[in-house]
Amino acid sequence: MKLSPYFLALLCPIILLSSCKKDSNEVTADAKSTFSIEFENQVNGSPLVLNTNTYQNAKGEDFKINVFKYYVSNIKLSKADGTTYLIPESYFLIDASKAESTNITLKDVPVGDYTKIEYTIGVDYARNFAGAQTGALDPINGMFWTWNSGYIFVKFEGTSPQSPATANALTFHIGGVTDPNNTIRTFATEINAANPLRVRTDGKPNMHFIVNAAALFTGKTDISFSTLYFTMGGANSVIVANNYADGLFRLDHIHN
Amino acid sequence: MLLLSIALMYACSKSEDEVTPEEKKITFSVPSNFPAPVYNFEDNKLSNAGFALGKKLFYDARLSADKSVSCGSCHQQFAAFTQLDHKVSHGVNNCQGKRNTPPLFNLAWQKAFFWDGGVKNIETSPLNAITDACEMGTDIQTIIAFLKNTAPYPDLFKQAFGSTEINSQLVLKSIAQFTAVLVSGNSKYDKVMRKEAGISFTSTEQAGYNLFKDKCTSCHAEPFFTDFSYRSNGLDLMSSDEGRSHITGVASDFGKFRVPTLRNIEYTSPYMHDGRFYSLDEVLEHYNSGVKASANLDVQLKTGIPLSITEKEQIKAFLKTLTDNEFIKNKLYAES
Repeated sequence: MKLSPYFLALLCPIILLSSCKKDSNEVTADAKSTFSIEFENQVNGSPLVLNTNTYQNAKGEDFKINVFKYYVSNIKLSKADGTTYLIPESYFLIDASKAESTNITLKDVPVGDYTKIEYTIGVDYARNFAGAQTGALDPINGMFWTWNSGYIFVKFEGTSPQSPATANALTFHIGGVTDPNNTIRTFATEINAANPLRVRTDGKPNMHFIVNAAALFTGKTDISFSTLYFTMGGANSVIVANNYADGLFRLDHIHN
Repeated sequence: MLLLSIALMYACSKSEDEVTPEEKKITFSVPSNFPAPVYNFEDNKLSNAGFALGKKLFYDARLSADKSVSCGSCHQQFAAFTQLDHKVSHGVNNCQGKRNTPPLFNLAWQKAFFWDGGVKNIETSPLNAITDACEMGTDIQTIIAFLKNTAPYPDLFKQAFGSTEINSQLVLKSIAQFTAVLVSGNSKYDKVMRKEAGISFTSTEQAGYNLFKDKCTSCHAEPFFTDFSYRSNGLDLMSSDEGRSHITGVASDFGKFRVPTLRNIEYTSPYMHDGRFYSLDEVLEHYNSGVKASANLDVQLKTGIPLSITEKEQIKAFLKTLTDNEFIKNKLYAES
């Protein structure tokens, strides 16, 4: 087949145009979209049901849960090439008593394939001492210590027959950001490269995390409720934070 | 610094267009003998409406559990915003608190609040008093619900922040517009330091100032008359109040309290974290002869501060030059 030079001449601008189009596609790599994260609260594989269900800690001691709330903040996504994106103002309070709080939406995230996610369990140092906050960080949420500035990062309240406290109460308010009792912990997990978090303008993926409340009481230190049943910051809170740092969250799957 | 404050005033007045001509523009001004403040209204733009709202909240006793106690109940202007003649704060249901009410002024230079330094930001400080069962005995949710349903608060929030929305952040920011503006820097001492015309210490005051610099400034550092550190001044062999260690959890902080400012000391009796001393004579005699060997006693007080009768009188004369009557009588800060 012999192409007419006129035809080639006609084709050239089309090729040019289409290559231009391709360039502008690359420019739209700045495009942003949305993804969501679902935090499914469990206790050792069973659904977390407040007030009624009985669970067991690693020591075999029974307990019930009345309150389970925690902060997830400073969510950072990484691509395979090592570039990262810190989602600005990402502060979320997950509350087992509020179903809507367990599914969070992250907006204005640059499209791309992300292979790692990390976030703070709790609230970064600066915000603990910042001025009056709103939204997830509003002190109205009952997660701010008024007498010793700072946020409660993880709040667990319940009961256990083993607890010597009044009404067998379990009170675990974990927080504090100054050494030696700093409880800020960062959770990070790789995402299977075969099924990365694909943020697309035409797709809004959902990440599904399993959150194991029993992780507060096992891991580095198995906790017996007969000896540790109350902490509001301090050395005992550090023991709990060291437990949940690795065990609280597990990425289960991603719906792309 | 004076230039800076003028510039600040200028910048503020420039961007504020709702001020009626006869209304005096509320400003935060830094005395020329003060360093730069910690709190500078960067994230809380000062306005007349914000200040007025904060002041109204400060003086509104309806915010407390039994509607008997406002911020201003324990922070009285004539006592430099502490509570005259009360050893400890007197809260709702006649509850007696644990510690002496701290005076409120020059808070914009403070990085930590309360006797134990537990609160780290002026904006979040009121939460402590609001929620303490022995102070206002309530919670911020209850206060917000009250404000939403009580005229003229929604209108005042609209004037201050552009929306009738009322939330804890705006409540706290407006209160900070009032409390952070409370600057006391016009005492005789300040005027002498600024070499203002016609103002000088008497010979007794000057002798007191010399003694003070020799014996007191290592803790009560100028110009705030505190170095904002936490120390034990040997009030008791064993403190009944754990003090700073309640915040830090560190044993060596047991029984320590923040060095209090001495500004306006003439009007802030009784003294010490538990208000045990009613007069400056008692305070000076404590340092002269009463310091006890408490576990974490400040090293500089191991032998107390020996003072003769004359020296005590001279120091007292100097301390009274720290009284700022312009501040204490400024109608701008009074309940209106």
